[in-house]
Amino acid sequence: MVIPDFEIVPRAGLPIVGVVVVALVAAIAANKLWPLMFLHVVAGASWTIIDLFLGFVIGPILGKLSVPARIEVTTRLMPKMVLLMPTVVAVTLAAGWQLSTKLGYNLTSYQYHGWVVASFIVVGAMAVIALGLLEPANIAVLTELKKPRPNPEVIEKLMKRFIYTAGATGLMQVATLVIMTRLATG
Amino acid sequence: MSERRLPPVTQLGMLSLALIVAGVIYLSAHLPEHVPLDPAIALLAASSLLLIGNVAVLWRTEGFNRRRFLEVAKWALLAYSIIAGLIEYVFLRNNTSGGPLVVLTLSLVVFALTVPVLIAFTVARYDEPDPAGGQAPSSD
Repeated sequence: MVIPDFEIVPRAGLPIVGVVVVALVAAIAANKLWPLMFLHVVAGASWTIIDLFLGFVIGPILGKLSVPARIEVTTRLMPKMVLLMPTVVAVTLAAGWQLSTKLGYNLTSYQYHGWVVASFIVVGAMAVIALGLLEPANIAVLTELKKPRPNPEVIEKLMKRFIYTAGATGLMQVATLVIMTRLATG
Repeated sequence: MSERRLPPVTQLGMLSLALIVAGVIYLSAHLPEHVPLDPAIALLAASSLLLIGNVAVLWRTEGFNRRRFLEVAKWALLAYSIIAGLIEYVFLRNNTSGGPLVVLTLSLVVFALTVPVLIAFTVARYDEPDPAGGQAPSSD
């Protein structure tokens, strides 16, 4: 098994994450509508699209690739996910809460407060699956591939877990789309 | 693939995470208005007990690679502390204070500890047993 050299956490991406975090803190501190909307929509859309794409497009393709091709894709794709997903999730949640506070959407008197709470519940369920199963599988696959003699069965098992949980969160993202479009149109 | 028998750390960790996420959702659904804190405190207590029990059971497990567990957990803890800090900041920015702030902060602490346990366990369970005999590593 030939494994390309890779970093589990791509260090080159850390400054970009740092810039995004600083932008998020600045947007929350400034409490202006456009930066908050921009960050929430961009990060939220990225989260939704990545989950759907991974779960329903990349996942099934990955499952059908030969083992060397799968390793090639995995060592290039999954380190990026280690940085990307926690960042888009944190930005979506923090900017979203500030935005809902600014717009009054988190007040119980808001007409569609039930929809807002429904979005919290969907996000919460996705968070439990993503943080409890998907992210650990992602890191564990990469760690296994870093070993001198990786165990193909462990990689297979963890990759299956990664793909199935990505599919599950992808399905839940459909609910997010329904809720967010409902809130946006009033 | 021969797997060593290990305690159900992932299942208990998922339950602990689900409880703490439910607590934060409960608080978020009420804030910035008045929040009856009892349900959030109950969820926090249950989640904390599961987390402590999970780590205690794992620590007593023979042949588990604790060195690898700690190596991964410390970096995951750093990452998830930053995420928890960002969430805490946005609540502070909106004048959350008193009891709700205390419960929220403790909930975020449990969140920031639970996720690294889940990540580090998933990595370490597939490692060879610690050559140091499963003892906790010295602080090097």
